[in-house]
Amino acid sequence: MTRETYINAALSLLLVLVPFWAWSTGQAYILTLCTKVAILALAGVGLNIALGLGGLVSFGHAAFFGIGGYAMGILASHAQTFDPIMDWPILIEGTKSMPMIWLVAMLASALAALLIGALSLRTSGVYFIMITLAFAQMLYYFTIGWPAYGGEDGLSIYVRNSFPGLNTLVPVQFLILSYVILGLALLFSARLARAPFGLALSAARQNADRVETVGIAPYRLRLVAFVISGAITGLAGALFADLNRFISPTMFSWHTSGEIMIFVILGGVGRLYGPVAGAALFILLEHLLGGVSDYWKIFLGALLLAVVLFARGGLIGTLAGREVAHG
Amino acid sequence: MTFLLFAEQMLNGLQFGIMLFLMAAGLTLVFGVMGLINLAHGSLYMIGAFAAAVVAGATGSFTLALIASLAAAAAAGALIELTVIRRLYKRDHLDQVLATFALILILSEGTRWVFGSFPLYLDVPSYLSGPVTLPGGIQYPLYRLFIIGAGLLLAVGLFALIARTRIGIQIRAGEADREMIAALGVDISRLYTLVFALGAALAGLAGALVGAIQSVQVGMGEPVLILAFVVIVIGGIGSIKGALVGALLVGMTDTMGGVLLPRVFALLMDPSAATTVGASLGSMLIYILMAVVLIMRPSGLYGST
Repeated sequence: MTRETYINAALSLLLVLVPFWAWSTGQAYILTLCTKVAILALAGVGLNIALGLGGLVSFGHAAFFGIGGYAMGILASHAQTFDPIMDWPILIEGTKSMPMIWLVAMLASALAALLIGALSLRTSGVYFIMITLAFAQMLYYFTIGWPAYGGEDGLSIYVRNSFPGLNTLVPVQFLILSYVILGLALLFSARLARAPFGLALSAARQNADRVETVGIAPYRLRLVAFVISGAITGLAGALFADLNRFISPTMFSWHTSGEIMIFVILGGVGRLYGPVAGAALFILLEHLLGGVSDYWKIFLGALLLAVVLFARGGLIGTLAGREVAHG
Repeated sequence: MTFLLFAEQMLNGLQFGIMLFLMAAGLTLVFGVMGLINLAHGSLYMIGAFAAAVVAGATGSFTLALIASLAAAAAAGALIELTVIRRLYKRDHLDQVLATFALILILSEGTRWVFGSFPLYLDVPSYLSGPVTLPGGIQYPLYRLFIIGAGLLLAVGLFALIARTRIGIQIRAGEADREMIAALGVDISRLYTLVFALGAALAGLAGALVGAIQSVQVGMGEPVLILAFVVIVIGGIGSIKGALVGALLVGMTDTMGGVLLPRVFALLMDPSAATTVGASLGSMLIYILMAVVLIMRPSGLYGST
């Protein structure tokens, strides 16, 4: 057991105890905050596969977050009005079923990640950062100009989508659902990092030439990692849209990309629990400082600056020291 | 579409492109010389515009307002370089992106704290307002012509500075080999501060010039920043010539796309749908342009390696 394992266990315990306390004292608001942490952490877990494991600095993950959100919005809005999405050549109807929505959200964002990744991965360094940003901006302006689903104003979904056997409008049930998905994603991410694929990807991050010398193409590894990463962030987008029952082009904005990146960095790049710690810290700060001052983002900026300049391993890196068990 | 409207839109595209060049020049210089990617460049644009609006409000002089925008943005740039940016030169791009993103949060919210969320107004002075008639009977606002002229003069000045002066030689040498010019006795950290402040001053001036035709408000720098990044990526990061070509290309594509595409689509579908589809495709056009350029030439039009 490394120190990081203890910290991860403590963090998991905290993330279970806080909602349990909130639930037993009937504070639905805290439950919603915890759900938000889990969903944003999930988006970060997605990015961490590309960023932490693959070393791919994507400044456009809002694209996948937004596609997941719009997948939910489009399916649910058509189900809401009983108006099929298309009736030719095959009939496609909307749905309010979460598993179906998640599947569509993941497939759509994976497909987008395949296209964006296939083009972007031809470049590297600062060009990669900028081209991923450009693709996200492209979708941002597209959704603003696309009147069918609300355009710039966004779109409200009045009733949360359903999951078989659960009443998702009860905060604690939706919270458990989000926690289970986050848990599964963390498990998957941990397994992926130790699997031959993850090891090769890590090696390609550290020295692409050597990986190529032993007969593995870094381009293909990175593309697969980018697709997996996009799909997970897309799932988070669908859940986030369901949490707010609202979608808007803001989900695609470059501030969203920046914030997903902040979760990963605040927590610690390449650390399994980095996004969880980062998202929890972000929401905690928003909640605490947002109550003190409307300008709380000044303090967020100062903290982020301090982390980048002085505490380079993020929260988990600072607590656990240099020994990196993951990635 | 008449010739007059077409010519007017061409001039608008040129004016937009020139403004983008003032932004992009600083970004590309800072990247070329120091290897730094600076997201906070848009905040310097905002600082220039706010300084101009405040000084114009207090003194009523547009000239003083422009001088204030240069001075305030250069001072803010130098301060940021000395306190934060110089710690980032040896870091990877991820750290640079995050630290300068943090600077945006601090500077934007700080400005909102001081000036509030309502926009300030910066008026075009009376001697620059009103239309002029150009050869061919084109009526065009004098102030926009002034922007084009001022921007072109600055561009020529910048090229002369880089090509002909001692400081320009040092900047070019710094791009080629940092260690070597430090070994030759050039104070490299002073050169870096100077380059950063120069880029900041250009961004601040652009903010003030544009602030007089749009409103001066928090967050005004962000759309321009992203466009400036598109410009330098298309042009090749580090190349001033690339920044000029890229800026004109992006300015023209964005303006003409927004005007022409709805008309093209109007031939294919009913007018109201054509307007929305054309407009949304028009604003996507420059990103499509950037993607195409990068796919054909992964390091931009004038980029090295």
